[in-house]
Amino acid sequence: MTLITTRNVADPDAAYELLLSAHEGLSKAESDALNARLILTLINHIGDIEVLREALHLVRDDTG
Amino acid sequence: MLDDRYALAHRLYPYARSADQDARGAVHHPVVIIGGGPVGMAAALDLGLKGIPALVLDDHEGVGEGSRAICFAKRTLEICDRLGCGDPMVEKGVVWNLGKVFHGEEKVFEFNLLAEGGHRRPAFINLQQPYFEKHLVDRIRAAQDAGAPIEIRGKNRVAALEPAEDGARLEVATPEGAYAITADWVLACDGAGSPTRKALGLGFTGKVFRDSFLIADVRMKADFPTERWFWFDPPFRDAGASALLHKQPDDIWRIDFQIGWDVDRETELQEDRIRARIDAMLGAGVEYELVWTSIYTFQCRRMASFRQGRVLFVGDSAHQVSPFGARGANGGLQDADNLCWKLAAVMQGEAPETLLDSYDAERGAASDENILNSTRSTDFIIPKSEQSRLFRDAVLQLSRHHDFARPFVNSGRLSQPCVYDGSGLNTADALEGGPRVTRPGAPAPDAALGNGFLLDRLGNDFVLLALGCDAPELPDLRVVSVAAPGADIAERYLGDAPRGLYLIRPDQHVVARWLEATPAEITNARDRAMGREATP
Ligand SMILES: Cc1cc2nc3c(=O)[nH]c(=O)nc-3n(C[C@H](O)[C@H](O)[C@H](O)COP(=O)(O)OP(=O)(O)OC[C@H]3O[C@@H](n4cnc5c(N)ncnc54)[C@H](O)[C@@H]3O)c2cc1C
Repeated sequence: MTLITTRNVADPDAAYELLLSAHEGLSKAESDALNARLILTLINHIGDIEVLREALHLVRDDTG
Repeated sequence: MLDDRYALAHRLYPYARSADQDARGAVHHPVVIIGGGPVGMAAALDLGLKGIPALVLDDHEGVGEGSRAICFAKRTLEICDRLGCGDPMVEKGVVWNLGKVFHGEEKVFEFNLLAEGGHRRPAFINLQQPYFEKHLVDRIRAAQDAGAPIEIRGKNRVAALEPAEDGARLEVATPEGAYAITADWVLACDGAGSPTRKALGLGFTGKVFRDSFLIADVRMKADFPTERWFWFDPPFRDAGASALLHKQPDDIWRIDFQIGWDVDRETELQEDRIRARIDAMLGAGVEYELVWTSIYTFQCRRMASFRQGRVLFVGDSAHQVSPFGARGANGGLQDADNLCWKLAAVMQGEAPETLLDSYDAERGAASDENILNSTRSTDFIIPKSEQSRLFRDAVLQLSRHHDFARPFVNSGRLSQPCVYDGSGLNTADALEGGPRVTRPGAPAPDAALGNGFLLDRLGNDFVLLALGCDAPELPDLRVVSVAAPGADIAERYLGDAPRGLYLIRPDQHVVARWLEATPAEITNARDRAMGREATP
């Protein structure tokens, strides 16, 4: 399996809204903790460490 | 000038004047071992049992007080079995299998080390390091009585070392003044602070972790189970950021508290301060006696190369790990196990000196693996940034209710022997369907065999293990034949293969395996494992 870098979410607006609403009303610390739990949960879902490696590459190189 | 740097638990080798001190010139010795810790003593015993004269110089008269290492792994016990001192260790030690990890009040993770059946030794025992060392020295005494050429000189401090092409010259300080000796080979087993390493100006690089741990061994009658308990953010908050409780023999319990980096050691080591922490943990009214206390900071570092010509670095002198994972003494014993048969073969003219480079290659890789594991554990226990703390806490939080997060919890990944994958001594795997656990480079796993165990049959030398087949006739190669392999052996050594031949090194690592092999193929594999040019 390799990282999917083409469009893959059927309803991006709904996904984005889910993410934002999960953080509503949270303090900065609570939000950070939630993000961390979310990342770990998704890492488990993905399973393949190579996908994670590729994703980290992609996001790290993309700060310009 | 020869003051002790630590108090003794057992005075086992009092200073005695040696004839070398009255000799005219420097007396020559084949092997000098600097340092009589667990690693130096194991090396002396291994060499001595092979008939190689070994002289141990230690700057104390016995085994130091304070237990330091308590967890000894199955592989270490198997090495000690080979050396003939596994039994007293296991008899004295506390066998344990279960580890529990708590976050606050809640248990978030549990591991069970219970080994599969058919192993002579348990996954781990807890035994105070002074006992471990004493059992080694007792075994050396018995071997000496049986003629093994081992000598231990207490209160002999190596003060200077001059390496040469074909050996070294050593200056030794004693209570009665200094004397000099020469050696063909020097094993520097002088610990993490290795004066030998410093004298040769060699680097020791890696990481220092910015936290410290208070260690207290307490004697008490308590009915906690024989399990390893580890707390992140313990409910007894004021005691430490993390804590550990683990049983040792003699009703002694190891307690660790993570107390922070900027602490005043002297204050924290005051008895009332220590008792306040322990009382918070155990609850008021529990009676106990403080047996040994200390404060530790942790490092993970190694030398670039463990071999410097005729000087070989073994154990903590070559590499240091944080204690989480119990990889220090356990790793050091494997160093000695790896080195001694090679050095003996070189000294007996059976192998070229270059065989010793494989000691550096194999144990260098093993020490990288140990450092990697120990660094990861330490990074989890002592998060070094806001982000690493965030993820650490997220793992612990998730682990309370979700099993998938629990494998991320890292309070120490306990010592496992290294597989020497890719070692130049190995011959390519030629047993189709053979299990991964016994691939070339792997330590041979134990298995029930007849009324005993397989490892006890392998012994101390190269051996050909023939499973369900006849072994080809070869001069000077002992054969262990198992005509009808039992379930353990079939599972661990054959897998999907109908039969198999294994060539096993003196340190009980597999170097080659085949479905079938000609005498020439076996001889070639053995030559390769001895660092000799294989005949094409
Ligand atoms: C708190 C703590 C807990 C630990 N727990 C574990 C554990 O559970 N399991 C585990 O496997 N490991 C553990 N370790 C690590 C273990 O204690 C070491 O890895 C082990 O002692 C290394 O053995 P060594 O023989 O290489 O060195 P050392 O034990 O340091 O021995 C070196 C010897 O050399 C002598 N010496 C030094 N300089 C000279 C000189 N110039 N001349 C002559 N002699 C000299 C010293 O006096 C000493 O006797 C722990 C360590 C600590 C600090």
